[in-house]
Amino acid sequence: MKNTLPYIVLAALILLPLFGFSSYVMHIAILVIMWCVIGMAWNLLGGYCGQVSFGHAAFFGVGAYTAGMLYSKLGVSGWWGIPASVVVVTLFALLLGYICLRLRGPYFALATLAIGVIMRIVTENLVKLTGGDLGIMIRERTWIEKTWFYYIILLIAAATFIAVRQIIRSRLGYYFVAIREDQDAAESLGINTTLYKTIALCVSAVITGLAGAFYTNYMGYIDPKVVFALHDISIITIMVVMVGGAATFAGPVVGAVIMVLLAEVIRSIPKLGTAHHTLFGILLIVIIIYLPNGIVGDFAKIRKLFGRRGARV
Amino acid sequence: MSLLEVRKVSRFFGGLAAVKDVSFEVRKGEILGLIGPNGAGKTTLFNVVNGFYPPSRGEVLFRGERISGLKPHQICQRGMARTFQVVKPLQRMSVMDNVVASAFLRAKDRSEADAVAAETLAFAGLYNDRDVISKGLPLGKRKRLEIARALATQPELLLLDESFAGLNPSELDESIGIIRKIKDRGITIMIIEHHMKVIMSISDRIVVLSYGEKLAEGTPQEIGRNPLVIEAYLGEAQSA
Repeated sequence: MKNTLPYIVLAALILLPLFGFSSYVMHIAILVIMWCVIGMAWNLLGGYCGQVSFGHAAFFGVGAYTAGMLYSKLGVSGWWGIPASVVVVTLFALLLGYICLRLRGPYFALATLAIGVIMRIVTENLVKLTGGDLGIMIRERTWIEKTWFYYIILLIAAATFIAVRQIIRSRLGYYFVAIREDQDAAESLGINTTLYKTIALCVSAVITGLAGAFYTNYMGYIDPKVVFALHDISIITIMVVMVGGAATFAGPVVGAVIMVLLAEVIRSIPKLGTAHHTLFGILLIVIIIYLPNGIVGDFAKIRKLFGRRGARV
Repeated sequence: MSLLEVRKVSRFFGGLAAVKDVSFEVRKGEILGLIGPNGAGKTTLFNVVNGFYPPSRGEVLFRGERISGLKPHQICQRGMARTFQVVKPLQRMSVMDNVVASAFLRAKDRSEADAVAAETLAFAGLYNDRDVISKGLPLGKRKRLEIARALATQPELLLLDESFAGLNPSELDESIGIIRKIKDRGITIMIIEHHMKVIMSISDRIVVLSYGEKLAEGTPQEIGRNPLVIEAYLGEAQSA
């Protein structure tokens, strides 16, 4: 049952556009799946390998700008950004890893936080290259309809899910978790911790960059404040994983559904809508206190809680 | 034949010489005991041999090759494994997964790593605990898990840092039995231990450290008669 569940979900998702939902529903579905991809990417580095990044917007943004600048500077389709971002983001992650991965724990987190902000400021100021604050507009939309966008991001998500699962069940996965649990012990067991942390960072960054490149093509407009956003990208990435459950396969998927829907619902509430970041903050505190392993990780706890309540009533 | 050679090794922390000009060798197939009062520099010496610290002076040779300056994982790949005095299990992993993670060093795929891990756990008497999350293991078993994990890397030389500290008498006997079995497999052992009775009974030779310097070296009988060693230990006992 547990092993077939991902295939059932995938089959349902493949059939989803056939139901003729409104383009608003399809937009939400695309966002949910895009956040699944980013969440799974972060989970590989933060959840399994234990290297908590507060700067995944940097990878998202570099991916997005790779696609955007291919269009604005070279005049080719933004879709070339998807393969191109793999190369660009890998190089970027290697450079960043060389600097940041020698730091441990909170110091790594702070360094990534800084990188995210630095990337936004650099992009804002390299006006000739990036268009600065004006951003990049893709004038010709590939499709008016959402269906193909939906299938493209679904393909990326399915590939990511399979890749993460294969990685975690292999030698790499064992090494990532060993590094998370105790870096010194891992090192003394013959694990080249620097190398494997770099691999985790690169894979995580590339997948996040793919989501960024997709975002440019889908939304048709990017600017530094949106794609390098600290609270709307970096922090939400962490929330997706924390709410769903770090170091679980299904966690980022569950987290993405909850976070995207919650954001939509809260924003539509009059007056309260502008305070959605405050509400997210409260949600994060509640999750950390009561469900530190997230909804998937602490599922047994949730079931017990509801079971007990039911019995009392 | 010497498997490990420590040549005039010193290690300073600021002005403090934790290890001063220490030389000795570990011969193939033996159990070498490393003893000394608290703060004598035993664990620091382990950390230098194992690559966590580079030596400030001197060098360490393993199988004739200079290894000082290499990283711990490179030294482990060359056939030296260690345990930690303060046990470092991979807490949120099961006992089995802990050992699988280290078996991957030599195993070419998952099934081989699984097989090596299962065999090592059986050897260390932990097979029935294989699915326990290692956070929940009692100390005696956690100490044995450290040994099992080190063994799964299939070392030639095993460094054991106080694998007996804090064990109750029955756990102690069990662990001594395991150490003897490891020796029978042809694995050379260097062991730090405070438990005098244990170290005297299992070591082939003993090196005594005091205040970072080598005080004596010899068979357990020689060490037991050595006036310098007796003074170092009694002196500590008196002040305590």
